[in-house]
Amino acid sequence: MNLLIKNGHIINPDSGIDKVLDILIVDGRVDKIDVNLDESMADKVIDAGNMIVAPGFVDIHAHLREPGNERAETMESGCKAAMNGGFTTVTAMPNTNPCMDNAAIVSLVREKAHRAGYAKVCPVGAVSKGREGRELAAIGEMVHEGIVAVSDDGSPVATAELMKKALEYCQLFGIPVMEHAEEVTLTRGAVMNEGFMSTKLGLKGMPTVAEDIVVARDIILNRYVRGWLHVSHLSSAYSLDMIRRAKERGDRVTTEVTPHHLFFNDSRLEQFDTNFVMKPPVRVEADRLSMIEGIKDGTIDCIATDHAPHPHEYKNCEIDICAFGIIGFETAISAVLDVLYHRYDVPLKRIVECMSTNPAKIIGMKDDRLRVGAKADITVFSTGSEVVIRPERFKSRSRNTPFKGMKLKGCPVYAISGTRVVRCDVGEVQ
Amino acid sequence: MSVKHKNLLGIEPLDKVEIEQILDGAKIFKELCAGNNKKFPALRGKLILNLFMENSTRTRSSFEIAEKRLGADILNFSASASSLTKGESFYDTIKTLESMEPHIVVMRHSSPGSAKFLADNIDASVANAGDGPHEHPTQALLDAFTIREKMGTLTGLKIVIAGDIAHSRVTRSNIFLLTKMGNDVVLSGPATLIPREIEGLNVKVETDFDKAIEDADVVMMLRIQKERQKESFFPSLEEFNMLYGLSRERLKRLKEKSIVMHPGPINRGVEINSEVADGARSVILEQVSNGISIRMAVLYLLAGGKINELTH
Repeated sequence: MNLLIKNGHIINPDSGIDKVLDILIVDGRVDKIDVNLDESMADKVIDAGNMIVAPGFVDIHAHLREPGNERAETMESGCKAAMNGGFTTVTAMPNTNPCMDNAAIVSLVREKAHRAGYAKVCPVGAVSKGREGRELAAIGEMVHEGIVAVSDDGSPVATAELMKKALEYCQLFGIPVMEHAEEVTLTRGAVMNEGFMSTKLGLKGMPTVAEDIVVARDIILNRYVRGWLHVSHLSSAYSLDMIRRAKERGDRVTTEVTPHHLFFNDSRLEQFDTNFVMKPPVRVEADRLSMIEGIKDGTIDCIATDHAPHPHEYKNCEIDICAFGIIGFETAISAVLDVLYHRYDVPLKRIVECMSTNPAKIIGMKDDRLRVGAKADITVFSTGSEVVIRPERFKSRSRNTPFKGMKLKGCPVYAISGTRVVRCDVGEVQ
Repeated sequence: MSVKHKNLLGIEPLDKVEIEQILDGAKIFKELCAGNNKKFPALRGKLILNLFMENSTRTRSSFEIAEKRLGADILNFSASASSLTKGESFYDTIKTLESMEPHIVVMRHSSPGSAKFLADNIDASVANAGDGPHEHPTQALLDAFTIREKMGTLTGLKIVIAGDIAHSRVTRSNIFLLTKMGNDVVLSGPATLIPREIEGLNVKVETDFDKAIEDADVVMMLRIQKERQKESFFPSLEEFNMLYGLSRERLKRLKEKSIVMHPGPINRGVEINSEVADGARSVILEQVSNGISIRMAVLYLLAGGKINELTH
């Protein structure tokens, strides 16, 4: 099948293209990128006038829940949700049940994702066996089956000793150790950010220092062993600053921030809405603004959703026992465009870097993906359309999102992966 | 409540006029019940459900007496707060209760925000009898009632609240109420039990208890849960008593007309010494009896009653 994307504004930081061009895709491969390609060459034409066409968006932090919690999400529903939200590649975090700490589960996850046939899934293996923080998992065997990073996500790498070894051992494979930075002795029983709002609401707080302590430990270890540290879901201004200084020194440290940490602060907890409960918690306004600054100055490499589906009853309950996390695939592009592009003047090229080319490089997809001859891997989005987020239209099995009913400016329009073409639908476009 | 409020979830949503309305209502109920006839059956035919998902003896008894005096039908429903994996979920408990068609649900629960969750999921009016460390509005109202009665005013006073500030719903509701009414609230206790940035609620913090109680009109002591020591909030109960216990010596330094309060149950020799608890300045037992009048007023208002229709 021949697919022609007409009149789209291509932004591809890898090749430097930043202008209106047409793209012809033949049987799932990019055949031509040029001005005014003839519509008669195509079986189907996408009019991308006033839209941005970019290399497919990549989410390097997602929980797809299979195996073990298929009521929340499956490989199939997760991969469909990813493309419905404009992502063509996502990772699968290893805190499944049983946990992804061995080659057999990695291969199962890849097989299921492949069978689903939507977004490409890149598994992330556990750092430690059973994510218990004691012995290294079979990292080499998992790399052989296709993992792109390791993480004990959901928990921090338990000890400095294990973190040091993981950072050393992973150098052989050139993959990052992704850290969920949380000093757990400071967060027991906590629900939200510790500060004025938690004090007022009587909820136990997670202090920013719980994040800072682990980030500091890891930066120190990483510098010592010359490894590759990737700090997941950054939320604290102080941690951001430590990463900034580490990068200035030349350490190999990368990091990501979620759309919700760019969008919300902890005053949103005031109505005890469990859809604002996640780890790390949304922080105070100063932290949020520093994350936006980190995107602008390049300290933050990418935006990742931390897509965390949960069955309804795990959120429809008392706030101090609810599950942590929110879904993110189908709201990320709208939320990021609304806050970063429209409200904080972040250039589109920077947004495409943070959501496409930078995360791709972190998980080892080094080539320019939007070039003639490459497999079609494209995200088309609109910056001008306003969308009212309607979770009932989501492809995810779960609905735990704080963006429900919000009107956001900007939305995903198409996600294209090979011959799979998905028209995104996340709400009422106005 | 007033036309504005279907529920009493906390003090924070109330304004000064609404607070005074409840206090005035309680005053009338207190007078009405002063004689031998303590029945005022304004809530006859109404079903009040007392849902206590956390232990409580005094608050529960106080509500029950208020309900009985108002002639309501009462159902006591005990359930333990559930985990996600075992037992009935809170939501399902609420839906079960809703089908019993109560007019008012009085609830105590260990989780902050649980009263709001209940109100969001049930048709009945909700009276919050304590939602974790968040709010305990009827306690703050009965405290305010007692202060007004004893001091002759509820404005311009220096009120010290001392002890376990962090885990105290009584403190939060009292802060909201007392600052709204124009009082200076000073919190005192070890820094480990004072939550971050609480000054943002327009209160002062003075960790030196002796300094805090200088010029105080009211000193409100909070119960110290003994397990806080095991969690290392302070080294020992004896040390706590030395630093923050209200002793005879400290009492002597208070203003002549000042009063000593405690929401109970008291720990003698921990946050308050016997000679103070049993002394002339103590209004602790009056707080308990005033609680009944306050709860009568709250339930009466929640059932749609109007204060100006109450007659002596």
